[in-house]
Amino acid sequence: MPVARAADIVGTITFKGTPPPEHTNNLIMGDPTCGKMYSTPPTTHFYVVGKDGEFADVVVSLKDADGKDITGKSTGAGAPPALLDQKGCLYTPQILAVQTGQKLLARNSDQCVHNVHCDPTVPGNVERNEPQMPGGPDLTFTFPKPEMFLKFECDVHSWMFAWVSVFDNPYFDISGTEGKFTIKNVPPGKYTIVAAHHKAGTQTQEVEVADKDVTVNFTFEAK
Amino acid sequence: MNGVAFLIFKMDKKCKENDNRWLHRFAVASAVATFLLLGAGGLVTSHEAGMSVPDWPNSYGYNMFAFPISKWTGGIFYEHTHRLWASVVGLMTTVLAVWIFLKDSRKWMKWLGVAAFLLVVAQGVLGGLRVVLIDADLGTVHGIVGQTFFVLMCAIALFTSRFRQKFSGRKLNVPRNLRILVLAATLLIFFQLILGATMRGQHAGLAIPDFPTAYGQLWPDTSPAAIVRYNAESGNPDIITSFQILLQMVHRLGALAIFICVTTCAVMAWRQLGGRDPLAKFAFFWLALIAAQIGLGAWTILSNKAADIATAHVLVGALSLVTGALWYIIASGRPTKITEVETAPSDVFGTLAANKR
Repeated sequence: MPVARAADIVGTITFKGTPPPEHTNNLIMGDPTCGKMYSTPPTTHFYVVGKDGEFADVVVSLKDADGKDITGKSTGAGAPPALLDQKGCLYTPQILAVQTGQKLLARNSDQCVHNVHCDPTVPGNVERNEPQMPGGPDLTFTFPKPEMFLKFECDVHSWMFAWVSVFDNPYFDISGTEGKFTIKNVPPGKYTIVAAHHKAGTQTQEVEVADKDVTVNFTFEAK
Repeated sequence: MNGVAFLIFKMDKKCKENDNRWLHRFAVASAVATFLLLGAGGLVTSHEAGMSVPDWPNSYGYNMFAFPISKWTGGIFYEHTHRLWASVVGLMTTVLAVWIFLKDSRKWMKWLGVAAFLLVVAQGVLGGLRVVLIDADLGTVHGIVGQTFFVLMCAIALFTSRFRQKFSGRKLNVPRNLRILVLAATLLIFFQLILGATMRGQHAGLAIPDFPTAYGQLWPDTSPAAIVRYNAESGNPDIITSFQILLQMVHRLGALAIFICVTTCAVMAWRQLGGRDPLAKFAFFWLALIAAQIGLGAWTILSNKAADIATAHVLVGALSLVTGALWYIIASGRPTKITEVETAPSDVFGTLAANKR
């Protein structure tokens, strides 16, 4: 009797049209420590779009066929920790995704003090605010509940933000600079695939996984 | 209303025997220090630095007063100086309360001093708990209590002064309807300050990026599709919600209602008290503050919430509240009937003469 194997869902995210302009971060230049690290002011990176419309930083995840969260499938406890670095007085990466129970390490690679303040909105995920000195040990965060775009911020440097999405399953990915994503080892079945961008909104498609890889593409358009 | 006037008269009949210039000067200095503290607090929230020092009462593990200046970087500078200045205000309030208790024979003034002391302690603890418990709602309450405390400190400064005697001891009475309108406008301003503090806590100051229109309309579309569109175009890292937009619209409508109310107060004061009456002039000063405040509110939005402009908006809001409150207190020292009364030489408020008739 043949056993259905898990397959991958792959795809590309494209942005059509001209993305909204990014904003120059003049605040960073006014900071005596952080400003030294830049010759010209950096800009925000809300829309990371390649020359052919490759759209990065889109969180792609799965829900069940009814559009409900897939819960109780987390392998986060055994997964390697994710890293949120503070470098050049900015968070790197700015968009991140982890599983429930998976360790998220916040690191300070700067020569100045930061505070790492996570500000969840889903009950069960605890708000924390921790100081982190230069060269100080990594801070460890874990979240027990799924939540989209859980905000991390540094209140010492008001322009520093990162958004971490938490899933109760391992079926998610974030599109890279080529706009591509891969959700690995998806069990056969019908799903709703969700592509969510922090600023551009959310799109969904129905997808059925059998024993072959499935391709799903998304196109976001300028508003 | 007559009861309030009588109470204030009764409270102040010992004014002369309590003439203590240095106490008054210290009360004024304490009120000014409180005003500056409101500014420091405004800078903290305008720079979104309220959580930049994660511990309390220590600062990054240091005793607050021994925290090295070299570490006062970024948002820490605003939060830490706010804490230090708050300590100064706390100390001044304690001295003021003790001074009043020892030197002012008016029993109600002693209680006012005690109230100021308790309020400044509560305010300090609220600020600390906001940090330790990471509770934004406590931050909103902290902002509201701060404004209330400023009104109390200004009232104490007024009650320790001879200025009030001179200001209140006029020939003309203050009609009841004018007093009620001033009280209503002051309460409206207080409500507006609560809204403002809530907006700060919600980071809703830039939920609408244009003024006087809102997303190009008189009343903005808050449908889910519109919210997605606003967020897509917004340069604000925080996600805009329909609640934030509605909050700001209510704040704008509140500003309009206050402007109409205070304009009416000023015109009524001018007509009923005469242009030379200090209370009429004070009413027009109040109106000028409200006009400036509306301008600063618009500027806050158009400047993408520049921290100094947003802080000025907080400060002028506090001045608007205190002006209305002091106007009402002063007016309460006068009779309500619209009749000319002579001020007796020994009469400190004119109320005495009115009551004798």
